Amino acid sequence: MNMPFYVAPEQVMKDRADYARKGIARGRSLIAFRFVDGIAICAENKSSTLRKVSEIYDRIAFAGVGKYNEFDQLRIAGVRHADLKGYAFSRGDVDARSLANQYAQILGQIFTHEMKPMEVEILVAEIGADDGDGDQLFHILYDGTVVDEDTSVVLGGETETISDRFGELDGAPELADGLRRAITALSGPDRSLTPAELEIAVLQRGTGRRAFRRLDDPEVAGLVSD
Amino acid sequence: MSLPLFRPHDDPGPSFAELLRRSGFENQISPESTSWDGTPPIGKVPVSDFRHGTTCVAVRYSEGVLLAGDRRATSGNLISHRSIEKVFAADRHSGVAIAGAAGPAAEMVRLFQLQLEHYEKVEGEALSLDGKANQLGQMVRSNLPAAMQGLVVVPIFAGYDVKLNEGRLFEYDVTGGRYEETEHATTGSGSFHAGTVLKLGYHASMDAGSVADLALTALFEAADEDSATGGPDPVRGIYPIVATITAEGYERLEDDELAERTDALIERRRAQAESP
Repeated sequence: MNMPFYVAPEQVMKDRADYARKGIARGRSLIAFRFVDGIAICAENKSSTLRKVSEIYDRIAFAGVGKYNEFDQLRIAGVRHADLKGYAFSRGDVDARSLANQYAQILGQIFTHEMKPMEVEILVAEIGADDGDGDQLFHILYDGTVVDEDTSVVLGGETETISDRFGELDGAPELADGLRRAITALSGPDRSLTPAELEIAVLQRGTGRRAFRRLDDPEVAGLVSD
Repeated sequence: MSLPLFRPHDDPGPSFAELLRRSGFENQISPESTSWDGTPPIGKVPVSDFRHGTTCVAVRYSEGVLLAGDRRATSGNLISHRSIEKVFAADRHSGVAIAGAAGPAAEMVRLFQLQLEHYEKVEGEALSLDGKANQLGQMVRSNLPAAMQGLVVVPIFAGYDVKLNEGRLFEYDVTGGRYEETEHATTGSGSFHAGTVLKLGYHASMDAGSVADLALTALFEAADEDSATGGPDPVRGIYPIVATITAEGYERLEDDELAERTDALIERRRAQAESP
C-alpha cells in the first residue's frame, strides 16, 4: 500500500505562499493613491491592450498584478457580479466592500483547496461622495487576505522598496503631484518611465455617473511635465 | 450574491442577457422562456390595463441625429402618466426612443443600456454602432411572443458612428427587423401624422436648431390628431424630451430651451389661425 509522505500543514501553506509570491514578483508593480478629486491608479505596463487597470462599475475600479489570465478572470467576474447586482437591486447597492469580500472568498478558497494558488494581487477601489469621504482601497492578496488601505497602496513585487520611495501622503495631493511621485517611486533611481510604459486611470468625482477614466499618453506627459 | 465564475466551456462571454440566463434570472427577461401553452394569458386582461407610450421621432442632420418623444402614457382611453420618458441615452454615443407597452419597453431599454455597458467593460472596447443596432433588433425579436399577445414594443435607435463620423438612424418592426433610415424615422400611434410633418419639413442641410423645431412641430401635429399623443403642457411645464447625439455624445435639451421653442411654435400657429 502506498502511504503518502506526511507534510506539515505549515509547510504546505508556506510552499504555496512562496509559489504565489514568486509569480507575483515576476510582474511589474502598480501604485494606487487618493488625490483631491478621487483615486488614481498608476501601473507599469508596456502593453496598451492587455490592461491591468479597468472599470468595474460606476464608482468602482479594479487593478491586478501577477499572472494576467488569472486576474483578468477575476476582473470579468467582478464586472458580472456588479452588473447583476445593479440589475437585480439598484445601482446604488453595488459597493466595493462586498465585492472585495467576494474576491477574498474565492482567492482564499483556491489558496487552500486547489493544486495551485492564484499568482495575483488585486485592488478594488471605490470613490465615495463628493467631499472625499468614503474613498476606499481594498488590497486583496493571493491567499484571500483583505487589507483596507487608507491613502495609498503598492501592489506587486518589491512593494516595500516602492512604498518607501513613494512615502506617506500628507493629505490628498493634486493629481499631477501624486502621479510624479508615483512614477518616480515605480521607476526607482536607475531608470525613468515614459508615458508609453505606464497605464494610468482615475476614478474622478464630478465626471458623471461613470467615474472611471483612462489617461492617454499625451495627457500623462502633459500632467507630469510641468 | 456570489461571484459569478464560469468554466471556459460555458462562459457567457460579453453578453449580459446570456449572463442573466446562466445566473437564474431567466424568467424575468425572456418571454420566450416562460411556458406558454398557446392561450394568451394577457388576452384575459384587457390591453387597456397596461400603460402604453406613444409617439417618438428621430431626424438626421449635419452634426448627428436628434431624438424626440412626447410625454403621455395611456391606459385604454385614460391618461395614465403625463410626464413619462420615452427617450433614453443608450450609452455615450447612442440613444433609443420607445413606443408601445410601457412596462416591457422600459425593461427593454434598461437591459439594452446594461448590455452596451457590460460589453464595453468586459471587452474593454465599445460595440460598433451596427453591433448595437443588431443587439436591439435581437431584443425586439425576443419580445415577439409578448407582442403577439398585445405587448408590442417598437423602438427607434439613433447614434453617432464614431468610425464613419456621421449620425445614423434605425427603425424596427415587431419581428426585430432592422431598417436603416437616411433622413427620419417615427414610431408609435401618432407616427403617421408626425411622419408626414417630418417628410414635408425635412431638408438635407438642417442644423440642430431647425431639426429641434421640426421634431417639436411633428409631435405637436401628432398630438393634435392622435388622442394617445400628448402635446406640450406649458401649464405644468411639461415639454417633449428632445436629445441630440453628435460627436460630443448624447445631450438632452434643457426645458428652458424647449419652452422657448414651444412658445414660438404656438405663436406661429396662432398667427396662422388669425391671419385672414
